[in-house]
Amino acid sequence: MRIDEHPILKFERGKKLKFTLDGKEMEGYQGETVAAALQAAGVKVLGQSLFKHRPRGFYCAIGNCSSCLMVVNGKSNVKTCVTMLEEGMIVEIQKGKGGLE
Amino acid sequence: MKTTHIAIVGGGPAGLCAAISAASSGAKVTVIERSDRLGGQLVKQTHMFFGSEKQYASTRGIDIPNILLNELEKYKNNIEIIRNTNVVGLYEDGILTLLENEEKYYKIKPSAVIVATGASEKFLAFENNDLPGIYGAGAVQTLMNVYGVRPGNKVLMVGAGNIGLIVSYQLMQAGVHVEAIIDAAPKIGGYHVHASKIRRMGIPIMTRHTVIKAIGHDFLEKAVICQLDDKWNPIKGSEKELDVDVMCISVGLSPLNELLAMAGCQMKYIPNLSGFVPVRYDNYETTVNNLFTAGDSSGIEEASSAMVEGYLAGLFAAKKIGHAHENHDQLLADYKDQLDSLRAGPEGKHIRDGVDQIERRRDNA
Repeated sequence: MRIDEHPILKFERGKKLKFTLDGKEMEGYQGETVAAALQAAGVKVLGQSLFKHRPRGFYCAIGNCSSCLMVVNGKSNVKTCVTMLEEGMIVEIQKGKGGLE
Repeated sequence: MKTTHIAIVGGGPAGLCAAISAASSGAKVTVIERSDRLGGQLVKQTHMFFGSEKQYASTRGIDIPNILLNELEKYKNNIEIIRNTNVVGLYEDGILTLLENEEKYYKIKPSAVIVATGASEKFLAFENNDLPGIYGAGAVQTLMNVYGVRPGNKVLMVGAGNIGLIVSYQLMQAGVHVEAIIDAAPKIGGYHVHASKIRRMGIPIMTRHTVIKAIGHDFLEKAVICQLDDKWNPIKGSEKELDVDVMCISVGLSPLNELLAMAGCQMKYIPNLSGFVPVRYDNYETTVNNLFTAGDSSGIEEASSAMVEGYLAGLFAAKKIGHAHENHDQLLADYKDQLDSLRAGPEGKHIRDGVDQIERRRDNA
């Protein structure tokens, strides 16, 4: 899902980073958000709605809409569309409201 | 408590221009930006701008932040930039509360505030509209043009305004197939230059069409569209199923101005400006003393006019607190001319009418 050739833009990706999604090893690049790395890996479902447990993905990608909330390094309700990926991050699909650390 | 002359909320096109103009007037300026980069949504706009040379026409949006930052650099002694920080409160006594990196919480007391918080994408009501794979058109633009990631393989674009047309073109540039662009209105809302470019690439633009349903289990697999009659009602039997894994919603933006409402500004619902906007004087000051606004947060328009409004608000805010620019009158006349030309002609009529409904005269400005 990554764009390698583009008529206008040149993407200089940073260092390769390893992280996990629900325990599964994943890869992304430095300088991209958690949601972008997941999308590049083909992961669309980031969480569940509170009451009907419907799948949730990102919607605005700029930190406005809260549709991309996930558990990151044990912290719930993290806006993954504006959170930069870091080496060794533990990312989990959030089910329910989440809680305090 | 930390103090400053002018706090500017938002480091997008309006906020940066407000900072340049207030700092060049001699005021100490603090720009507060929620992300780690300045330029707001310019960072994803790979297309060339319209307008005139003064608003960087023919320059790609992505190249404008650096031009503005170089300009800011000239006044760096007057400018402080705080990144990764949300303004979470704006109180009646003029105090702003800030949350840095979602951890550090503190207060600032400025003499004046300019709110330039921009906008957020609107949504559309239809069955299963919450399925992953249904994204704001701007979100897809961010994903592709900032991070170099494709949203999927086949796209239905809902909305044939400028954003819908431009993002469709950018999707094709990124190697993603656009199945169709639909719009409920009887004619294309965006510029015809963009529409022709799209049509030449073989993408159908279907007016009087809307989306009625998304189909999929965990994410979007298909979309159902239908035709509308001249009273905007669905025509029975015209339903069509499209094989798409991405739907982009491009049905406009809403002004993001909760901070202004919170501070007690008088707000008015103005359809021409796309939602609730603050009533303001012609010096960009709201009904709350020393609280100014510029750009999309005071009504949805274009980045070009947001920049000019930013320059104006910066100039007026600085003057109000005793730092009038030495060329105030000359600059003012120039910026007003620029805005007038951006809003000229039949295309600018709805904005001119919108502004007329919120702008009050302040003769001493």
